[in-house]
Amino acid sequence: MTVLHVVALAAVAAGGTAVALARDPVRQALVASVFGLSLALLFFAFQAPDVAISQIVVATVAVPVMVLLALTKLRRDEEQR
Amino acid sequence: MSVRPRTVAALLALAGLAALIAWAASELTPFGTPSGPANAIVRTLVHERHAANTVNGVTYDLRGLDTLGEELILFVAALGSAVLLRHGRGEDVEQERGEDERGAARTPDALRAAGTALVGPLVVLGVYVVVHGHLSPGGGFQGGVVLAAGLLLVYAAGQVMALKRVEPTALVEVADATGALAYALVAAAGLVFATAALENFLPFGTTGNLLSAGTIPVLSVAVGVEVTGAVALILTELLDQTLLRGGE
Amino acid sequence: MTVLPYLVAAWLLVVGLWGTITSRHLVQQVMCLTVVQSSTYVLLLAVGYRTGGYAPIVSSSVPPSSPFVDPIVQALALTDVVVEATVVAVLLALTVQAHKRFGTVDPDRLGELSG
Repeated sequence: MTVLHVVALAAVAAGGTAVALARDPVRQALVASVFGLSLALLFFAFQAPDVAISQIVVATVAVPVMVLLALTKLRRDEEQR
Repeated sequence: MSVRPRTVAALLALAGLAALIAWAASELTPFGTPSGPANAIVRTLVHERHAANTVNGVTYDLRGLDTLGEELILFVAALGSAVLLRHGRGEDVEQERGEDERGAARTPDALRAAGTALVGPLVVLGVYVVVHGHLSPGGGFQGGVVLAAGLLLVYAAGQVMALKRVEPTALVEVADATGALAYALVAAAGLVFATAALENFLPFGTTGNLLSAGTIPVLSVAVGVEVTGAVALILTELLDQTLLRGGE
Repeated sequence: MTVLPYLVAAWLLVVGLWGTITSRHLVQQVMCLTVVQSSTYVLLLAVGYRTGGYAPIVSSSVPPSSPFVDPIVQALALTDVVVEATVVAVLLALTVQAHKRFGTVDPDRLGELSG
């Protein structure tokens, strides 16, 4: 267990708590993006570059964009009513 | 259940769950000393199958059946989200024109220039990651999502109307289906050309060459095409929902 | 200290479940579900890690006789990451349809308008 492992695990735990406790969905999407980056750092520390590559693209770009697009659609539907 | 008793019950249940997991974790093999046959697997893949990236080798050769199931989950999930989101489409297509000009005027010029310049290198990087999956970190899944993120870059660069003219929905659907079918065909070809399905029956070559490791790069490219198609289909459906439907 | 990764995985699971239970917006529930999913990735990779092991990519500077971390759990985790993102997309599509049908994204009030 090196210092890098401990720091990465602490960052992941803090990021997960921040995602779960965020109240506004838009803010939560951006916090989830940062949480995904910290997870990718942890995967690199665990000697798993393949997992880290897919985690970087998926959790930092794809999932927050999908969430923000869905929220835009929901807000637009709400304005229609 | 109203909110207050539910919160209290959740706290108690989660505390109990955390205690049980902590107790179970203390009985696991200590961190850093796994008891599996990791070194033997790596040596098998390198010496017999001539694959340098053993994670890729495990994904497409030793546990190829799992990957077939996973990519079919991907296929069905993309199909399901397309069905769910396409139901109300086709309304208000005449609002497209107005939205188009307004959208193009709102994107800052620096973003449009940088985005347009970076799409080409991103596509090349994605194809490189897919094709060299058996030699360096990468493979079908990783390169596929990088390529699908290229679609997002086109959207961020404000060129989405140019993309619409290429009719992307049909193209990504065809890519998705082709990838899934190619994987299933190679798996079935194992039955025809060798003794079992998903058998690695192509010549192995030398480790480190592009054409080596038998069916592993072929399956990797099939999965790359399929993942690109599936993720791009989902993003296209979501983008269609928010961009072209100016009103309902 | 040697059980720290497993405790972090358990913490992520518990915190994600807590967020799912106490949220009042369907999209928030979906994102707390991604936290729960990430706890499984941390657990899988922590189980396969070998101290002093290399990433399981063989090259001229890393001969096949070196100690390696477990490649099987990495293969499981990487297909998992991509597939769960697609499942999140299905959940978001369901949320959009539920809003269209019921007029609300509050999970407590979803069943009210169906008469």
